[in-house]
Amino acid sequence: MSVPENKAPDAAPVKALGLTGVHAGYGRTVVLEDIDLALDDGERVSIIGRNGVGKTTLLGTVLGYTTLHSGRIELAGRDISDARTYDRVRAGLGLVPQEREVFPSLSVYENLAVARRAGGWTFEQVYELFPQLGSRTTHKGNQLSGGEQQMLAIARALVGNPAVLLMDEPTEGLAPVIIEQLVEAMHTLRAQEGLTIILVEQHTGIALEFSDRTVVMNRGRIVYDGPSAALAADEPLLNSLVGVAGDEA
Amino acid sequence: MEQPAYQNPLRTGAIRPAELLPWLAAGSGFFLFPDYLQLGAQILIMVLFAMSLDMILGYAGIVSLGHAALFGTGAYTAGILSAHVGWSEPLSGLVIAGLVAGVVGFVCGAVILYTRGLTLLMLTLAVTILLQELANEQEHWTGGDDGLQGVVMEPLFGVFEFDLYGQTAYLYALAVLFVMFLAARAIVNSSFGQSLRGIRENERRMHAIGCPVYRQMLRAYTIAAVMAGVAGALLAQTTEFVALDVLSFERSGDVMIMLILGGTGRLYGAFIGAPLYMILQDQLAKLSPEYWLFGIGALLVATILYAPEGMLGLTERLRAWATREDS
Repeated sequence: MSVPENKAPDAAPVKALGLTGVHAGYGRTVVLEDIDLALDDGERVSIIGRNGVGKTTLLGTVLGYTTLHSGRIELAGRDISDARTYDRVRAGLGLVPQEREVFPSLSVYENLAVARRAGGWTFEQVYELFPQLGSRTTHKGNQLSGGEQQMLAIARALVGNPAVLLMDEPTEGLAPVIIEQLVEAMHTLRAQEGLTIILVEQHTGIALEFSDRTVVMNRGRIVYDGPSAALAADEPLLNSLVGVAGDEA
Repeated sequence: MEQPAYQNPLRTGAIRPAELLPWLAAGSGFFLFPDYLQLGAQILIMVLFAMSLDMILGYAGIVSLGHAALFGTGAYTAGILSAHVGWSEPLSGLVIAGLVAGVVGFVCGAVILYTRGLTLLMLTLAVTILLQELANEQEHWTGGDDGLQGVVMEPLFGVFEFDLYGQTAYLYALAVLFVMFLAARAIVNSSFGQSLRGIRENERRMHAIGCPVYRQMLRAYTIAAVMAGVAGALLAQTTEFVALDVLSFERSGDVMIMLILGGTGRLYGAFIGAPLYMILQDQLAKLSPEYWLFGIGALLVATILYAPEGMLGLTERLRAWATREDS
């Protein structure tokens, strides 16, 4: 599988995404408190934590779904704190949503076409990444299996050619065999030069294996931000932070 | 041969044979029902009006109870042009009426499309009521409650007189409908049309893939306004009269019922719903001038209960069922 290269390998490192002192939530309710998170260009970070600790809210805040009470969000050095969602996406964000949210009455092709923007990822490349989609281009979104819908959700985010890809629990509710396929595709994505990825994942094993750096959240705050390998090796710490052993997946 | 992946495999520009049916029916109607050409012309106009509503309701998911505002704007523009300005050339009058309705649609849409749900619904209704009251009050220009009289159209292309039998009116309406349909078809099959359907299904998701939702909806609303305005102008030109009810809530309701009967989000739904409604209305009114609405109401209830996607959706379901049975 060939993956597009967005940047020259010797490009100077820049912060692809930065959150500084972010307090955010829904209306007046504050969910995220004092979030500081910075990702280098091309870096992959996994975010794990128990249910309801604010992982999805964090992605929603980056995308502009929530109320930002204070703090600053930067994308490639540009302040996007007050930008509308679609402007943020046009500036380089891409989201694979938790509920997949494919358009049910649009065909596979059309689901991709509405999100397409110029860049490295083409239809042919996403069909190569997910051959199932390539053979179902005329099928409507609601005629796909859960796994295929998830593949379509990822493919749709990719053809938008984001600089920063946000993936919200892409393996949720899928059969183990489908999860294996998806993980394989995600590892292929990891090979793309210059694509920054944040993966929110319930399966701790998948998350730790996916990225070199892992962030653990608890009650709306970041309680661990460090090497995935170190966290995977420290089972008591992992257990205390997320309540499960690292090989649960 | 398989389509290349970068082409839309479902929606190409090619005309499918089934798409010719309504046009064959409309064309043959001219020869088969020469005594009903006036009614036929009005049906074709309502098809265009319903198609314009489909652009916003069926494709973009904008529910409007005030679509008559745009229809009426077109009708009064064409009527006033002829009766007061002396501009009676039909085609240019049609274009001007469409443009004026488009401007009204753009201005109204720019305000009301910031809202959603019940607020949006009420605002569309309010716009119609405001315009109707304005038309009623501006009696000098519109004729008020008596309607605008003195509309006289020049022969089409300087040759074809608008005759009493409705022959010119029918063919004129059919030709305009065909042109507008081709435009609408190209629009809904374009990437813009795809984005409208995306907005209808999941507006938030469309924001998250970088779609300027408000702008797209406003575009759709303006396009629909032009189409509705052209339909209204056609009615004014072919009947040479504009009644105040072109701006009424009832007309907005009628066109919505037509579209629901035919099926939304398909363009061709208008081709089934409008004739069905108007022919039924004509026949039921002959049977029972007082209670004909009961029949329409009963049909609407049956449609919503048993064919929620309209007659066209029902046909598709039956065809899919028959295909399954065969295999």
